[in-house]
Amino acid sequence: MLPLASSVELATGTFLLLTLVGGVAFGVVLERAGFGSGCKLTAVFYGYDMSVVKVMFTAIVTAMAGLWLLASIGVIDMQEIYIVPTNYTAQLVGGLVFGAGFVIGGYCPGTAVVACAAGRTDAWVFALGILAGIAFYAWFMSGVEQWIRANAIDDVTLPSLTGIAAGWWVALFVFLLALAAWGMGIAERAFARLKPVR
Amino acid sequence: MATSIADRRVVHPVERPAQPYWNPYLAGFALGLVLLGGYLLLGRGLGATGAFSALAAWVASLVSPESAAANPVHARYLDHGPPLLDYVPILVLGTLIGGGVSAWLAGRMRLGVESGPGVSRGARLALAFAGGILAAIGAKIALGCTSGQALSGAAVLNAGSLVFMGAVFASGYLVAFLFRKEWL
Repeated sequence: MLPLASSVELATGTFLLLTLVGGVAFGVVLERAGFGSGCKLTAVFYGYDMSVVKVMFTAIVTAMAGLWLLASIGVIDMQEIYIVPTNYTAQLVGGLVFGAGFVIGGYCPGTAVVACAAGRTDAWVFALGILAGIAFYAWFMSGVEQWIRANAIDDVTLPSLTGIAAGWWVALFVFLLALAAWGMGIAERAFARLKPVR
Repeated sequence: MATSIADRRVVHPVERPAQPYWNPYLAGFALGLVLLGGYLLLGRGLGATGAFSALAAWVASLVSPESAAANPVHARYLDHGPPLLDYVPILVLGTLIGGGVSAWLAGRMRLGVESGPGVSRGARLALAFAGGILAAIGAKIALGCTSGQALSGAAVLNAGSLVFMGAVFASGYLVAFLFRKEWL
């Protein structure tokens, strides 16, 4: 029964070694997708290169379909999967602030790590900004943190919220991905002229 | 002063132009398999901000162990062994290694600053720093970033993660219009 870490008692070293290997794979895939480049990442917001949405959406649907398939044949126990607690206000406000930071900074935290490894000075400065932001949050916003945690609910998913089975949601997301792929092709042609000449 | 990344190439073992990126849908499929692998083996999705949080908590604990342990933001990373020998920090260490090796092999290792053609190096670095601060505060408030919330959460149909992702893109498109001179 999966996940492995729930059915087998992994030694800390084994767990961290598997984690490290997973991290290497994460870094390779992000870099090969072009996500070590701030210009490529922010291009999604100007429409001439929608790679960020293409990659993220496909990844989400792939993992979602895989989890659903494995759960429905009883290979994985979804109760053992960690799900980030839900606080709608926090996730709405946090998302708005984060989106601004993404565009202004040119990276998100994970892609900044890849860009740092690829030698980008602006990514190192962005990473320093992340540390400064966390220090600021810890100093001045620990009351906010306590409110967010105290008002977060565990395991709020679309199936648990609506009673509509996960399989229907997977089908909906596959359909939305196909629709988005079609729309993004049109957007890229319409906004191609925005691509800066370097 | 335009800063072109292309003329700041690092000496590379094989002199050749950068390889093309993977097809985005194939790259997304591969990323989905990495995420799925994380869930199947370790029961957890991907993350990135947690590594910075652990690093910040560790530094704070070196400066003042008492005040770091008393801070509710830092304490979460200090109450179960060495903060940097944990899931997300080790994952991000791997990401750094994998990203570096991949960039090197693809001929994409470049020392330099990335920005649109009309932005000075100093302005771009100041904006990168400001963006890092905002991204960190946003991720702390939302309990996750693009990796931990958008990617890992949406794959398990987490309602809050989908709200987060909608908010990121709504704000991203608005701010991108306001800051179009930085990138276009």
